[in-house]
Amino acid sequence: MKHFRFRKLMLAAVLAAAVPSLGLAADTLKIGVAGPHTGDLAPYGIPTKEAAEMVAADFNAKGGVLGKQVELVSLDDQCKPEIATNVATKLVSEGVKVVIGHVCSGATKAALGIYQEAGVITVSPSATNPPLTQSGEYKNFYRTIAPDDMQGKLAATFATDKLGAKKIAIIHDKGDYGKGFADFAQQFVEQGGKAKIVMYEGITPGAMDYSAVVQKLRKEGADAVIFGGYHPEASKLVGQMKKKRVDVPFIGPDGVKGEGFLEIAGKNAEGVYATGPMDVSKYEQNKMAREAYSKKFGKEPGTFFDQGYAAMQAVLTAIEAAGGTDYAALGKALKSNFVETTVGKIKFDEQGDAEGVGFSVYQVKDGKFAEVQ
Amino acid sequence: MEYFLELFLGGLTRGSIYALIALGYTMVYGIIQLINFAHGEIYMIGAFVALIVSGVLTIYGFSGVSILVLAALIAMVYAAAYGYTLERIAYRPLRNAPRLSPLISAIGMSLFLQNYVLLAQTPDFLPFPQLIPEFDFMEPVAHIIGSAELVILITSTLTMVGLTVLIKYTRIGKAMRATQQDMTMSRLVGVNVDRVISITFIIGSVLAAIGGVLVGSYIGQINFYIGFMAGVKAFTAAVLGGIGNIPGAALGGLVLGITESLAAGYISSAYEDVFAFGVLVLILILRPAGLLGKALKQKV
Repeated sequence: MKHFRFRKLMLAAVLAAAVPSLGLAADTLKIGVAGPHTGDLAPYGIPTKEAAEMVAADFNAKGGVLGKQVELVSLDDQCKPEIATNVATKLVSEGVKVVIGHVCSGATKAALGIYQEAGVITVSPSATNPPLTQSGEYKNFYRTIAPDDMQGKLAATFATDKLGAKKIAIIHDKGDYGKGFADFAQQFVEQGGKAKIVMYEGITPGAMDYSAVVQKLRKEGADAVIFGGYHPEASKLVGQMKKKRVDVPFIGPDGVKGEGFLEIAGKNAEGVYATGPMDVSKYEQNKMAREAYSKKFGKEPGTFFDQGYAAMQAVLTAIEAAGGTDYAALGKALKSNFVETTVGKIKFDEQGDAEGVGFSVYQVKDGKFAEVQ
Repeated sequence: MEYFLELFLGGLTRGSIYALIALGYTMVYGIIQLINFAHGEIYMIGAFVALIVSGVLTIYGFSGVSILVLAALIAMVYAAAYGYTLERIAYRPLRNAPRLSPLISAIGMSLFLQNYVLLAQTPDFLPFPQLIPEFDFMEPVAHIIGSAELVILITSTLTMVGLTVLIKYTRIGKAMRATQQDMTMSRLVGVNVDRVISITFIIGSVLAAIGGVLVGSYIGQINFYIGFMAGVKAFTAAVLGGIGNIPGAALGGLVLGITESLAAGYISSAYEDVFAFGVLVLILILRPAGLLGKALKQKV
């Protein structure tokens, strides 16, 4: 008798717990947006958040996705892996099935395992670390940006073939992103066999100055510097190179190609090269999205805005094609249907990389990054 | 040889900044046996004030050295106000509390000030104008030492000389030394101990602000977090030289800066911190009280 009552109680409890969550899931489609929204890397995260909001508003205005309004759950991971895992856990517990993000590779890697276990699809606009797709470890991961090895290869071939460098120095900031890029550049310089690597060195972000590294550049007679890392260190380096009269080309990754670098490096930015996503401004979707942004915010959108916008477009379109957020069906839709997005007409390959996106080299001319032809 | 000279001068520049900040740590410790963990933040605030002031002055058409001098002066005044207030609010009420309480209070103030600047200003890095005028040397000297390094070295040397004179030959210096020796006895013979402690904080903060202005101008960027690493390094320098000992702080800063620079140049920049703290451990094993520190005698 007692036993029976306990069973009943349990059943009631389970039902009570289940009902509200069912009620919530029915009326909106929750999409997570995770990235740095505060901290010194916020300029890389906020544009994606804004892009996701714009796409969601567009779809919502047309009656939503499969008749549901899109609701964004935006959380800040400050690009820190330990915060990213908390963010991931929170998004999963909120019942989010698709996440746009994360932005930094380190944070993304930390969060992916949690999403994979929960069957959550993640589409990052900016996590370029190659193993994220190439290792085959994360079947739930897609990205609308080309991986780093592609970027490292471009930087290496540009330095040897276009600039004719013979002695290349490679510097990185010891982080996942920066060292990843530097290692690929190193690998492709060695494979190309046209130049020697005279220096390969990690620097400490936030150090008082980099004069010792710059002096070493001179001593080794480097005729090109490839740097893996973000804009604060890059601007310190180019500033000190100028001061110490080390006048050689400086090539950074897309973490350097942004307004932040131009602003901080000031006149020292002139002539600096950086690889970055190909110029996508020729696409119709891109023009429309950017115009809408300028109208809404009264300024130009920031780094990764196009990729963030495309990620959201691809996700919502795929959900419509798959008829819901079922993990397998959604994955299939992402891999089989081409979508017109802000980064061109894309679909995802077996690994999760977007087909039809890539990198170009840019150079600072008159205080602006311009594509090198 | 030339390469060694380049690294040595780079280390000297870095070290003299460490020394400027380390003096604040060491003076405060000497007088009230407290590690003022919020000292790095005072340096950061000094840099921020200088940035804001230089922006305003540029709008009003000032230029060149006048901006540097005015920005530095106003930064010093602000930093002094912060240092004074910090002591009044966070440390004075805890003067007779257990040793751990003011330490916790100091860490709290450090976090508070960091986050206050983060919220009141911006989390991003800000470009810092080059306040130190560029005058070009001729090669082959230009790449070894520039005007910025020269100004940093001269300024920090003058500041340290000034501080030594102040402590050795003035009334307030005498009062500071007396307070450091025995606070209770000084009070009995008529030294206003509270005032002496306040002045110590003010002097330390002024030195930190000078450091902040120089570093900002030298590196060209600041953000709310620069005080943390600078604070850790300067504290290390103070301990290295013997905490509480003023020439020790200067020596510790220089030893630390030069060690880092040579390690970065001859081994790898990836390990410069490893060597910096390695040297600290090594010296403390050989001389537990630091390079110039005296082993404390138990007062009976």
